[in-house]
Amino acid sequence: MATTVENLPSPDTERPIGFGRLKRKEDARFIRGKGTYLDDIRLPGMLHGAILRSPYAHAKINSIDTSKALEHPDVVAVMTAKDLETLGLAWMPTISYDTQAVLAGDKVRFQGQEVAFVIATNEYSARDALPLIEVEYEPLPAVVNARKALDADAPLIRDDKPGQTDNLATPTWEAGDEQATERVFAEADHITTRDVMYQRVHPAPMETCGMIADFNPVTGQLDLYNGNQAPHVHRTVYAHVAGLAEHKIRIMCNDIGGGFGNKVPVYPGYVCTIAASIVAGTPVKWVEDRTEHLTSTGFARDYIMHSSICSKAGRITGLKVDVIADHGAWDATAQPTKFPAGFFHICCGSYDLEASHVQVKAVYTNKAAGGVAYRCSFRITEAVYLVERMVEALAQETEVDPIDLRMNSFIRPEQFPYETTTGWTYDSGEYARTMKVAMDIAGYEDLRKEQAERRARGEMMGVGVTFFTEGVGAGPRKHMDILGMSMNDGADLRVHPSGKAVVSISAQTQGQGHETTFAQIVSEELGIPPEDVQVRYGDTDRSPYGLGTYGSRSTPVSGAAVSIVSRKVRDKARMIAATILETRPDDLAWEKGRWYVKGDPEKGGMIEEIAHRAYSGESLPEGFEGGLDAQVIYDPPNLTYPFGAYICVVDIDPETYHVKIRRFIAVDDCGVRINPMIVDGQIHGGLAEGIGIALMELISFDEEGNCLNSSFMDYLIPTSMECPAFELGETVTPSPHHPLGAKGVGESPTVGSPPAIVNAIIDALRQQHPDVTHIDMPCTPDRVWAAAMGHPEPPQ
Amino acid sequence: MEISIKINGETVTRDVPPQTLLVHFIRDTPGLTGTHWGCDTSNCGACVVRIDGLAVKSCTQLAAMVEGHEVATVEGLEVDGVLDPIQQGFHEMHALHCGFCTPGMMLASRALLDENPDPTEEEIRVAISGGICRCTGYMNIVAAVRWAADYEARHLSPTKQEA
Amino acid sequence: MQTPAPTQYERATSVEGAIELLTKIGPTARIVAGGHSLIPMMRLRLAQPECVIDINDLHELSYIREEGDEIRIGALTRHVDLLRSDLLAQRFPVFADAEEVIADPVVRNRGTLGGSLCQADPAEDLSAVVTALKGSVVIRGADGERVITMDEFHVGPYMTAVKDAEILIEVRFAVRPGAGSAHEKVERRAGDYAIAAVSAAVWIDGGTIVDAGVALVAVGPFTIDAKRARELLIGKPVTEELFAQAGQIAAEESMPGSDSRGPAEYKRHLVGVLTKRALGRAAARALHQEA
Repeated sequence: MATTVENLPSPDTERPIGFGRLKRKEDARFIRGKGTYLDDIRLPGMLHGAILRSPYAHAKINSIDTSKALEHPDVVAVMTAKDLETLGLAWMPTISYDTQAVLAGDKVRFQGQEVAFVIATNEYSARDALPLIEVEYEPLPAVVNARKALDADAPLIRDDKPGQTDNLATPTWEAGDEQATERVFAEADHITTRDVMYQRVHPAPMETCGMIADFNPVTGQLDLYNGNQAPHVHRTVYAHVAGLAEHKIRIMCNDIGGGFGNKVPVYPGYVCTIAASIVAGTPVKWVEDRTEHLTSTGFARDYIMHSSICSKAGRITGLKVDVIADHGAWDATAQPTKFPAGFFHICCGSYDLEASHVQVKAVYTNKAAGGVAYRCSFRITEAVYLVERMVEALAQETEVDPIDLRMNSFIRPEQFPYETTTGWTYDSGEYARTMKVAMDIAGYEDLRKEQAERRARGEMMGVGVTFFTEGVGAGPRKHMDILGMSMNDGADLRVHPSGKAVVSISAQTQGQGHETTFAQIVSEELGIPPEDVQVRYGDTDRSPYGLGTYGSRSTPVSGAAVSIVSRKVRDKARMIAATILETRPDDLAWEKGRWYVKGDPEKGGMIEEIAHRAYSGESLPEGFEGGLDAQVIYDPPNLTYPFGAYICVVDIDPETYHVKIRRFIAVDDCGVRINPMIVDGQIHGGLAEGIGIALMELISFDEEGNCLNSSFMDYLIPTSMECPAFELGETVTPSPHHPLGAKGVGESPTVGSPPAIVNAIIDALRQQHPDVTHIDMPCTPDRVWAAAMGHPEPPQ
Repeated sequence: MEISIKINGETVTRDVPPQTLLVHFIRDTPGLTGTHWGCDTSNCGACVVRIDGLAVKSCTQLAAMVEGHEVATVEGLEVDGVLDPIQQGFHEMHALHCGFCTPGMMLASRALLDENPDPTEEEIRVAISGGICRCTGYMNIVAAVRWAADYEARHLSPTKQEA
Repeated sequence: MQTPAPTQYERATSVEGAIELLTKIGPTARIVAGGHSLIPMMRLRLAQPECVIDINDLHELSYIREEGDEIRIGALTRHVDLLRSDLLAQRFPVFADAEEVIADPVVRNRGTLGGSLCQADPAEDLSAVVTALKGSVVIRGADGERVITMDEFHVGPYMTAVKDAEILIEVRFAVRPGAGSAHEKVERRAGDYAIAAVSAAVWIDGGTIVDAGVALVAVGPFTIDAKRARELLIGKPVTEELFAQAGQIAAEESMPGSDSRGPAEYKRHLVGVLTKRALGRAAARALHQEA
């Protein structure tokens, strides 16, 4: 019979020492219902917070009367902006150097904005007290259409910012070469132009956001329990914002029920919870509900793109894109400082273009803030969606097979490292090979034959292709910082006298399997079995400073750090082994787990013996300190550039226009794979999210700024019924600069899948409606019908 | 009001307000935070438990409604430290990432196998369609349930198989 | 998580007892059966009953049986039991069609026929099933029982003829020869409410349609009984063209609004398509031609 997972017998073939398919070490607690998520934590004397939120998208606040709420027997306090002002906490910086209100004072600027914070003895009473707070609002006209935000008569949203006279959030940011691009377009054989929208969506992890703040008034220690993706940066922010001593703040993330970029920002609820604990002198817990989550935490995308692409002699030669980005009421996009449009300018794609030009400007609207989230690699989801839709459109208009057009235009293997027209240096790639693997798995030629047969029968079957290159693993300190903190990660490795190890990392898993994969990296480098390597993370007191996990940076940055720190330990071990074996370090060679004498392989020292020796009283090399540990901070020389070829097969009901995804083929090249099982799992998950984005996910608003998708009844996420059995393939093109040859992969599937699905849908529609040239997501049945009828509209 | 509910074979009695939801009654019991919640509209399935053997969304029942009935939560899947084949299958087939939806998924799967020991892929997908997973894309969850079905077909005693 | 406002709880031990409680407490009391309409509304505070009367112990209201030339279904019968009933699969397969696309299997373990009908959500499927099958609804109050048609049952959006101190206890269907029925639905995602759905039933004698029922979901303020579509069908032989025509008329009878599920024009289009398809399958079943 089965037994507890810690001692489940697995054959040795299933327990690699190093890379390979290793079942996850962290599973034990989760499958037994013993995870520690934020809402599972109870502290003695803990109070509960609840937030009163604005029903209006734009309104002045004339008064707030908390007296009735204070009369509720279980209510301890009610905080408003006035209370926070005395603490200097009414406003706080955003992750992109704007400011945002913690609790609304002068007015509210989006539906769902925080207005008051109730503290009560239990959660039910805290919520019962919310309707007892009386707020007098004076509604103002709202602007919800980003295209209209800069109209002369648009209401001014950010009148809190001195000198702000319009709704421009960030001025136009450019990449590429406008003049060179104009020349290339002038010489082109064909130009295709489209308006392409990437709709507002939401990462919606299954666990919402929340925090427990526990301020000790005697010691001044502030302990924060909070599932967030970048605990060290958050700690620095709180120290700065709240004027607290950074060394007295401890953030413990414990288990996080999904992040996907949603748990990167510092939210007003967190600051309220901290303020409440400081004022009350007791722990305070606040956990948001799903409606709060969808209407106030960081949304994703909302890019309105106008683009032209051109070709000459069957090759893609140029691309230009103009973007209006809807940032919501604050500028709170999470990306490296020097990149206000994130990495969108990687939209030059996988093609050897002659020139490209990108312009992005961002506007304020009366909606929740955000934009950079949901597995986007800092806007690369938008970039790849744009270019792959344009390539498809170009293929349609020039009547060439979409794969042939790509094959003719790919960057060739001998061109790597390749500098793009917008300043990226792709590290390695072999695109045609990956494309062919996808075609083989899909049976591409057969699919096209079948498609023709079905067309003759009045059916609508579509085949959609996408090829993407993205850049992950931010990033080199000279280019990349967030709020001034360089995007480097640390790693500490300690090997104990018994030869078992603890590696502390700055990466912050929200389900990515770090307890397993990072142990595997140490295993690969040192030969210590993964079950003997404990991975420590998620506690700012016990892990090295780093920028956390998002943007698929864990393997490229923290993974490299762990590899290098393991090699440092290995080098130390060599010195000690030389002393044990009474030889010189140069005479030793390494095989996984031991240093041995080159001429006499029987003579060697296992890593366990070396570790013991490092701590024992016996002699060590001259000048050598005891112990067997090392520390590193890793500054990546570049991003890593994973790539992939995706093919999607859809069938659209010719009468109802309902889309069914029949097959999804994904061939990813993320360099060397540490744990193929976990890589495949990440790809499955990202593909499911891409299906959601392509077919059903949308955060939309009516003219007054009411959010129309504020619950899971209206914000639709795919179930098991909408996701096919994914067909995965792989190629391996190592990263030349990463110590393991590995690249990131977590976001590749959300980057690559939406355009593949939309391309398939258009391809299917054109079987019976040849005039269809475009559709915007989400491709719900009504929107597919509208496209077929000749009137596709972007979503609100 | 005082409410008594049998959870995983043990009677839990507490004085709670009548509007208390079953999910909170469970989660406020020491050691029983494995049942999660993720939405306000009965869509996400993170709260799924079994009531008298049937999978039910515990956020959509008042605790008072369940008095006199038997509730099984994720903590009740293992017996004396021995994992249920469903749990083992989820581990074998990498059917969880963040683990938040996992208890609900496992209980819905356990309920399926108790009724249908040899489900097709389609039947598994239908059985778990009351829950949302944001991490796995469902493919490995389906494989995990199939793994458990195969395991039970191989290992259950003939009398158990008849039951 | 959103939580219900303070309330009281009573558990009924008999139908009479439930009616007594409703009478005593008055309109601020709400019945709870499966709870999957009421509890979510209470959590969102769209409903704030002062007392919840739990009728889940009234097992005498949970049955599917054939009595003479009628099928009678107790109001407390759960969706899952409607889905799996061999009797209904034989007589009225429209039930299984609809149940497969109502909510999800976990919700179906609790939700009830009576609860669905009384919630009277215009996008709720069982009301259309019952309407197409020409079911009648049995309501009991302090003064006794009354039996009404679905026409009389639907009063407005989310409003039925069940009065404050009354309980819906049973739904009845006449069993007549030559019956076939089917339900067709289009939804944005599994478990979502319909963009549009159609229940259709036909009774065929010697290749001619002697009676029919077509009911439309989510395209009006409540379930629409497409009477003009029915009139077209009576006395006619079964043909694809006839069903397409009936679809056109049903589309004209629908009153959809434009919302996040789609524009009115698309929903009307769907009514036409789904009516045609539902009638086609219903007829095939009536003629025992379905595989």
